[in-house]
Amino acid sequence: MTEHTSIHDYDRVFLLGLYERMVLIREFEERVKYLFLEGRMPGTIHQCLGQEATAVGVCSNLTDEDYITSTHRPHGHALAKGLTPLEILIELFGGVTGCCRGKGGSMHVGNIRKGMPPAIAIVGGGIPVATGMALALKMQHRSNVVACFFGDGATSEGAFHEAVNMAAIWDLPVIFACENNRYGASTPVGQIMRLGAEGLKSVADRGAAYGIPADTIDGNDVLAVYEAAKDAKRVCLEGGGPVFLEFLTYRITGHSRRDPCLYQPKEERQAALQSEPIGRFEGVLLQRADVVQSDLDGIRETVAKELSEAIAIAEQEPKPVPEDVLTDVYA
Amino acid sequence: MVKQLSIVEALRAGIAEEMARDERVFCIGEDIGIPGGWGGAFTVTLGLERAFRDRIIDTPIAENGFFGVAVGAAILGMRPIVDVQYGDFLFCAMDQIHSNASMLRYMSGGTVAVPMVMRAPVGATGRGAQHARNVERFFVGIPGIKVVAPSNAYDAKGLLKAAVRDDNPVMIFEHKLLYGSKGARMETGAVDSSSDVPDEDYIVPLGTARVARRGSQVTILAWLLMLHHALSAAERLAASGVDVEVVDVRSLSPFDFDTIGASVRKTGRVVIVEEGPKTGGVGAELSASIAERFSPSLKAPIVRVASPDVPVPFAPVLENAYRPDPDRIVEGVRQVLD
Repeated sequence: MTEHTSIHDYDRVFLLGLYERMVLIREFEERVKYLFLEGRMPGTIHQCLGQEATAVGVCSNLTDEDYITSTHRPHGHALAKGLTPLEILIELFGGVTGCCRGKGGSMHVGNIRKGMPPAIAIVGGGIPVATGMALALKMQHRSNVVACFFGDGATSEGAFHEAVNMAAIWDLPVIFACENNRYGASTPVGQIMRLGAEGLKSVADRGAAYGIPADTIDGNDVLAVYEAAKDAKRVCLEGGGPVFLEFLTYRITGHSRRDPCLYQPKEERQAALQSEPIGRFEGVLLQRADVVQSDLDGIRETVAKELSEAIAIAEQEPKPVPEDVLTDVYA
Repeated sequence: MVKQLSIVEALRAGIAEEMARDERVFCIGEDIGIPGGWGGAFTVTLGLERAFRDRIIDTPIAENGFFGVAVGAAILGMRPIVDVQYGDFLFCAMDQIHSNASMLRYMSGGTVAVPMVMRAPVGATGRGAQHARNVERFFVGIPGIKVVAPSNAYDAKGLLKAAVRDDNPVMIFEHKLLYGSKGARMETGAVDSSSDVPDEDYIVPLGTARVARRGSQVTILAWLLMLHHALSAAERLAASGVDVEVVDVRSLSPFDFDTIGASVRKTGRVVIVEEGPKTGGVGAELSASIAERFSPSLKAPIVRVASPDVPVPFAPVLENAYRPDPDRIVEGVRQVLD
C-alpha cells in the first residue's frame, strides 16, 4: 500500500481485475513451464513468476493507444498489455496463427495492434526503441505514453544510458519501468554497481543522473506500482517526462529453462516467497468487507479453466508451412 | 528545368523535397542542424533546420541510441532519415540496425514495418584507419535491409527519394570523395560526380544497376568511387582497342542480376572492383553469385580488383597503395583477357 491511499478507496471491480490479471500471469507461467518440461512446447523460456505486480500495476494505467516495450522475459508484460493468452500460447507452440505468426517465439511475443511491438530480447535493446516511439508520439501530437520495461541488468548497457539521456533532453513521454529483481541472469546487482553508503543508493539513481524524476517503489505491491505509474503517466502527459521508476521485486523461478537458482541464497528466497505479490495482495484484498476468499478462489478457477481451454486450442493450431520461412523479410 | 548539382546538393534537395512532401519524414543525427554548424559531417543537411526546425533533430554522440530511436519512431509511422557522420560508426549502432531494424518485420510475422533510411559516408580519405572503411560488406548479408551506393548526383537524389518512400530499412552509402562538399568541408582528392538533376520529382528504383558505359569485351562491375576509376580505366583501354562495358552496381542488396547478367552474357569476362579488403568483400558475394548463375557464359575466371587485407593506412603513399586505381583496374582487365 502507498501511504496516501487505503485499500478501501478503490473500486472493488478494479481491484479484482488487478488480482485476476496477476493470477493469469502466474498461472500462465506455471502451465507454460510444465508444457515446456514435458517437451510439448519447443524453444526456451524466460519466466516472470514473482514479478506479476510490476507488469499489471504499470499496464493498468495504459490504454490501447499507449505502448510498451518488453524484454526476453515478456509473457507477463504481454498479458498485462492485453494480448490474449491464446495468441501468446499459439506463438509459443510455434503456430502460424500466433501473435507473431510463429516467427517470434517466447522472447519476441508482441502485437503492435495492442500497443506492443515484438519483445526485444537483446538486453537494453528496447530502451532506445521505446524512446523513439515516444518521440513519434510527441511529433504526432498524441496524448499517449510508452512504458519501457527492462531489468536491473539492462542499466549497465550503453543503450540504457544513451536512450534515457535522449528521452530526458527531449522531454519524451516514457515511463522507464525498471524491474529490479536483484539478478542480471545469475549475477547479483550489488556486484555490478557501486551500491551502498559510499556509492549509489539505488538503481533509480542511475535514472536520476539524467536529470529526470526517479523513484524506488515496492514492486511487489501492485497498488504501489499502480499509483507510481499513474503519477508517472500524468507527469509524462503534462510534458514533464520521462520518469524513471525502479520496482523492487524478485524472480521466484529460474532465469531460463531448468535453472535451479543455486545463486539465490536460501533465506533470501524464502523471504521472497513470503512477499510475493499475489499472496500479499490477497491479504490486502481480504481486509475489505466486500471481498471474501471464495471470490478469489472463483477467479483462480476461472483463470485455470480459461488457460486449459486456450492450451488445448493452441496446441492444435496449424503450424507454418516451410515456404513461410521466406515471407515477411521485406515489405 | 535541369541543374548541374553535386551529390551533396542533390541529396540536400532530395531530403528537403521529401520533408516538404511528407510530414512524417524527419532527419536525426549528430551535428546535422546546429545553426552555425556544418549540416552534418559533409554538409548534406546544411540549412535544412531553417525550413524544418522541428524535424531536424540533433542528437548526443550516441549512435546506438539514436539509431534505436529511429527504429522506434519508424514503428509508429514516422519515416526517419538517420545520418551517421562516418560509416565506421555504424558498428556502434549495429545492435539496433541488425537486431531491430532489419528483423522486427520478420519477428512480428509481417505486422511491424520499419521504414527508415540510413545514410553513411565511406571511403579512404586521409583520415587514417577509423574514419575510412568501406563497410558495405557488412550490410549486404543482412536480410531485411536494402543497400544502395550512388556514384553520381542524379542517382543520389533518385535513390534517396526511393529509399524514403520504401517501407523497409534502406542503407545509403555515400563516398566522401564524391560528395562535392564545399568550404571547410571540402575533401582533398575529390572526384567530380556532379550531374544534371531535374527539378521535377523522380526516383531511381532501388534494386537496379545501371550500365554506365557500353562495351562488348569485358564487364567491369563497380560502385561509388571505383565506378569513376573504372570509367577512367575503360577510356584508357579503349585507346588500345579494348572495348569495356562498365556497370554501376548501385544496388548492393539486392543485386540487379538482370542488368548484371545481361552484361556478363554479352562479354563473358568479369572484373569486379571494390574499395575495401578483398576477403569477405561485396565482390566475393558478387563473384560467387555470378559463378552460380552465369557460369556457362564465362570465358575466363572472374577477376577481383580490391584493396589488400589490411586496415586503411594514413600516409598518402600507403593510402594510394591501398585504394584500387585506374592502373590496377587496367591490369585486372588485361588479366581477364589473357
